[in-house]
Formats: sequence, structure tokens, C-alpha cells
Amino acid sequence: MNTKILEKYFNEMYSDNGAVREIYESYARWLKELPDGTLERRNTEAELLFRRLGITFAVYGETDNVERLIPFDIVPRIFGASEWRRLEMGLKQRVRALNAFLHDIYHDQEIIKAGVISAQQVLDNVLYRPEMQGVDLPNQVYAHIAGIDLVRVAENDFYVLEDNLRTPSGVSYMLENRKTMMRLFPELFAKHTVEPVEHYPQMLLNTLREAAPPNVTYPVIVVMTPGSYNSAYFEHAYLASQMGVELVEGQDLFVHQQKVYMHTTDGPQQVHVIYRRVDDDFIDPRVFLPDSTLGVPGLMDAYCSGNVALANGVGTGVADDKSTYLFVPEMIRFYLGETPLLSNVPTWRLSEPEDLSYVLAHLPELVIKEVQGSGGYGMLVGPTSTKAEIAAYKQRIQAEPAKFIAQPTLALSCCPTLVESGVAPRHVDLRPFVLSGKEVRIVPGGLTRVALNEGSLVVNSSQGGGTKDTWVLED
Amino acid sequence: MLSRTAENLYWMSRHIERAENTARVLDVAHRTSLLPLDIEGTEAYLWYAPLNITGCAISYEAKHGLARADAVTHYMALDADNPASIYSCLRLARENARSVRGAITSEMWQVINDTWLELKRLPEEMDHEKFRDFFDWVKDRSHLFRGVTLGTILKDIGLSFIKLGTFLERADNTARILDVKYHILLPSVSDVGGAADYYQWGSLLKSVSAFEAYQRIYRDVISPLRVSELLIFRADMPRSLHACMNEVEAALLEINGFSGQEARRLAGEQHAALHFGRIEDAFGRGLHEYLTDFLKNTALLGREIREAYLSRHDRMLNPK
Repeated sequence: MNTKILEKYFNEMYSDNGAVREIYESYARWLKELPDGTLERRNTEAELLFRRLGITFAVYGETDNVERLIPFDIVPRIFGASEWRRLEMGLKQRVRALNAFLHDIYHDQEIIKAGVISAQQVLDNVLYRPEMQGVDLPNQVYAHIAGIDLVRVAENDFYVLEDNLRTPSGVSYMLENRKTMMRLFPELFAKHTVEPVEHYPQMLLNTLREAAPPNVTYPVIVVMTPGSYNSAYFEHAYLASQMGVELVEGQDLFVHQQKVYMHTTDGPQQVHVIYRRVDDDFIDPRVFLPDSTLGVPGLMDAYCSGNVALANGVGTGVADDKSTYLFVPEMIRFYLGETPLLSNVPTWRLSEPEDLSYVLAHLPELVIKEVQGSGGYGMLVGPTSTKAEIAAYKQRIQAEPAKFIAQPTLALSCCPTLVESGVAPRHVDLRPFVLSGKEVRIVPGGLTRVALNEGSLVVNSSQGGGTKDTWVLED
Repeated sequence: MLSRTAENLYWMSRHIERAENTARVLDVAHRTSLLPLDIEGTEAYLWYAPLNITGCAISYEAKHGLARADAVTHYMALDADNPASIYSCLRLARENARSVRGAITSEMWQVINDTWLELKRLPEEMDHEKFRDFFDWVKDRSHLFRGVTLGTILKDIGLSFIKLGTFLERADNTARILDVKYHILLPSVSDVGGAADYYQWGSLLKSVSAFEAYQRIYRDVISPLRVSELLIFRADMPRSLHACMNEVEAALLEINGFSGQEARRLAGEQHAALHFGRIEDAFGRGLHEYLTDFLKNTALLGREIREAYLSRHDRMLNPK
């Protein structure tokens, strides 16, 4: 077994002197006593399970192999309860501030008046939706479901990589990974007290209930998907069935007198809460992209009249945009009067001439991202890119510098991962899911993504990343 | 249930059933082609029958001209451009199933998906014998799907829509087979009881798996009147019009719903006519006329079902 420690990186299983970190002790002991080949055998079993369940995702731009399996790694990633509690507090704080920010900018814009963030930064952002100005939402919550991407660089050092406040995905993998692990390694779960995550759908359902228009006692809730060809369709169907609600497409809904109905075999039925996994741009052809066939004409009208709730709300993109990201610590101070518990990654804004010239001179060391990009598409990881790739990217930056930000290449922590040569350290990140209704809730865990290629820092499933079960253990 | 879900379930089962029926029709055409038939232009004459049954004679002629055994077989079995081919039916069945993965069981999905994947692995060149195996395979897959459906799915209105699709399609198909075949076989009507008759009508019966049933019920020579009676009026014959309409009416009663009144009425009317009808009267009017009426009414019923349950036009803009 390869237990070599990557010196540069924080290894979550082994501390610097090669000793097993306390939280991994029991697992490491179990792993050591495991007969040779057992992990590999169980791994094959896991793959079969996933394929049979049809847990697949589509990769855009690939014509063959439209339905692909997302690789699942059977070595769990482990947190201690106390380190998790610290993260949890930081996450809740951050999401509370982000929701307060969204409420503010769509109402009185105090944060702009106070000079903390410029009017231009907010109002000129294409993701700012003027249609939302003055619209009151239940509990003043905009981002009901937030996926906050975290990376770890040291024992107590976590950075927020980005806030996903639009239609964050991946939670079905968190749930299926756990189910698979329990099936493959019941003996491990007997030995460890792993905090459960299985109640996430129930928690989500509660959050969606709380988002309903205030006068509705028994809200009808639906999950809205762009359709079966969407890359996350499996998840949409999965969550709908786990919550016991209908999975609808835009064509199943219509608006009549500012109320939303779905076509059922028993006639129209009013809908009160839509957990929509369709982007703002596509939800209402009358207001946004006119040629969208995924949406519902008149939906925005019904929404702004308060007759239907959308989760997430419309216009959240202005807060998770990579240029707004810079201001989140300020938001926490401004709205909550608290010190941020989670740090931002230092970021250069290429719209600033000074930042731009520094970044252009240091491209091979940095990570460059598009301000409005997501999913790991269109980014440059300097240290692992060729000269030609860097040169090509440089041209893109010079054409439109304001479209990019740059960050130092972070030394993402490593976790033991089963690869061809055995168990070896691979870089990971973490996406916990934060739910906001009347209160902010979070299940202990999240989706750990792992870069399966040796040395790779890109964990996105579209770029050769896999996932792991994430355990929070009692200390 | 969402109208779209019901629609997908309905078309999923219709397409599977259609694939099976097309396989049956082609299978029997192949069998018949091995028999001596004393008519000029036998091949074209014989091979128009399957085209007529499935209503794709015109599109076939546009592509291939005169009906030839190999061209018709390929066109109806494997041609991806023919929306009524077995290939297209199995593709559409899978597409419909895929959109409602959550409403069907994983076993059902597996059967439909495997069927499609196996179909895509068929060899390019198919000879007579391979086609015969292929038709058997299509029937087997359809049987398997039906078995898996009944054995695994929740007995709610989702299953009712699946049944609705299956039995409407089957009724439609049995009526067409009978109609078309009856005309082909007319020349031999005078020869009732003869060997040719035995084989011709026998092959028709076999195409709807009714040969053994016929022998058991009538224990006599095969006569057009009895074959028609069996396939139209006998409620105990699983592919007869009567048996199909039994199922259709039952499914509609299970589905119920305030918008389905007219569909229920139509189904009830059609069912009653089969329940109380007599073959002598149908022959008196002319079998062709009788079957044409039946097909018209079935189409009407299908339209009404779509209108009442499956469509998503904003015609219901005034909710309760």
C-alpha cells in the first residue's frame, strides 16, 4: 500500500510525522487489517450498484457515452464532530449574510448607501434582476439551497472557494454514497458513530414548506427540471421521489390569473412551491429569454404577486458571482456585525489594472476563473497547464479582463483514495448543502469531490473528478 | 398524476405492444409466403398485407416501390426512418420510459433499456432465418416487459394508463389484422374446409396466438365466421376486441377523474356492443364495414383519452 505523504499538502489521514491523525485512527486500523484485494472487490461491487441504480450524469460536449457514471471512491473522508461544528457555524453565518445581502439589494440597498460595495458592482451585474426590486419573499430568504465549496489547506484552515446560490447540484451523490457505503461496509458503521445525512430530503421538504406563500397551510410542492437530457436529471428525479412530490417540466405548468397550476389527469392543480432546477434565464419566456421552452409563461408575474414560491429565488446569481464573492466577508460584518468564521481565498480582480498586470506576469502559478463560469469549465490551472494553453488563455484575458478573477493555486488537502496502484493521497474539496427556511439547517457532511488523477487539483466531475462519502464522527 | 407522466406511460406501453404486433404480422407474412397461393403477383399481393395493416403502404411505396419480401421486412422491422417500424417503436418506448423513470420500477426500465441496447447490436445483414428469430425475440421482450410490469409496479392509476395503452393498441391491431387478412383470404372462402383454408386461416390465428384456442373452443374445421367470432366477440380470447375493450373500460373506471366522462361513455358503448353483439350480425353488415367502424370508434376513444387526461393545452384554464 502506498502511504507516501505529499509534503506540500495537508494530508487528512497522516500528520507530518507520518502518524495517523486521531480522527482516522480507527479507520486506519481497520484498513490495515483488511485482507489484500478486499477493497478492490468491494469497489467493483460499488460500481455495479451505481450502474444498476442508473446514477449517471451527462457531460456536455460529449456525444458518445451520453450517460456516464460519476466515479465513486470507497475510502471515506472523515471529519471530527468538533471540527465539523466549527465549519457548520461558519457556513450558517455565511449563508445568513448572503441572504441578507440579497434582501437588501432588492430592497433598500443599505450596503450600497454605506459604501461597502459599489452600486456598479451590484446593479451593472448581468445577474442582478431588476424585476426583483421590491418583491417581498417569505422569511426574506432568496437562496433556500446553497452549496458552499470549501477547501482545506491546513488542520484549521478552510477557505471558501465559491458560493453556489443558483441551482447547486450534487446532493444526491452525498445520499447515494452513504447508502452504498453502508451496504458495502456494514462492519465499519458498526465500529464508528457516523452522524447521519439520510434525512436531507426531509429537511429539504421542510425548508420548501417554510418557503410557501404565508397564507397557504398545505402547500403543494414540486421539483422542476429542464428535462431528462439535463446533466443533473437523475438528481432531480431522485429528490422528487425522496420527498414524495411531483417532478415537473415547464410544459406541465401554466399560469392563470397569477396562479400556477400543473396539468394532472384529474384536471389542473395549484402549485405553491417550485424547487426549480432551471436557471433564471429560462424560467419565463415573457420576462427572460423569449425562446426558452423550459419555462412557464407568466411564472414571474405569479411569483412577484406572491402566489408561488421559487426555490431558489430569482436573482440570487448576483450574490454568488465570483466578483461579488470578494465582498462576502464585508457582508458578514455589515449585516450580522460578526467576524467571518470562514475565510475567502485571496482574489485578484482583473478589472483592476494593478491586479491585472500582476496576474498576467504570474499566470503559471495562478488559477484563473471566469467571473460567471461554473462547473470547472473555462478555467486555467497555471501550474498544470502547458505554455500554449497559458498563452491562449492570456489572449482571452487581455480581450476582456473584467470577465476574469485570479486566485493563488491552493494546496488542497489530500485524502486516501483507492486508485489503480492501491490507496494513495488525492486532492479533495467539500460541498456542504445549507438549507434556509425559517431557520438555517445543514446535515453533517456534504459532497466530497476528489481529483482522481495524481497531482490534479480539479475536482469537477466533468473534468475527471470523483466523489467520496463524507463522515462526521463523534470525537 | 401529472398528465405528462400518464402520457409517457400510455405511449410507452402502446409502443411496446405495437412492436410486438408488428413482429406478429411480419412473422405470419413470412410463414404465409412459404405456402402455395394460386394468384398472379403473389409476392406483392402477400406483402402489401403487412403494410396495409400497419398503415404504412404509401410511405413504403415512396421509398421502395413494389412490395417485396425483403424490402417490406426490413422497412417494417428495422428502418429507423419508418416511424411505425419495430425499431422506431422500441426506441420510442424507451424514450417514453426514460422520461418517467421515477414512475416505473427499475426492473421495468432495465427490460426496456436492455431491449433497446440489444436491438442496436443486431447484425447489419439479416436473412430470413435471422428475422424469424428476431420476431420471436421481439415477442419475448414484450412478454417479459408485461410480466415485469405486472409483477413489480404499484397498482395505482399509473398501471391503469399502461393497460390503457396496451389494450387500445392491441384492439386496434387485432381489428386491422382481421380486416386485411379477411380480404386476402376471401378468394378461398368457397373452399371452406379445404387444406388451403386450413393453412391460411390457421396462420392468421397463429399470428394472434389463437390457433390452439380455436381448436379447443370449436373442435372443428377452421371457418372464417368462427375465426372472426373468436377474434371479435370471445371475451376469453386475450387478443380479441371484446377482451381488449374489457380491459380498456376497466382501466378507465380505475382512472376515473372528472374530465374523463366522455371517454368512459365511449368505451362503455363500444364494450357493450361487443358484449351483446353477434357475429352473424357483423357478417350481415359486412365484416369490413364492421371493422372499419370499430377502428373509427377506437381512434375516437384514443383522441378523447388524450384530450381528457394526457394533453397539456390550456383548455382547462378555469380550474375548479
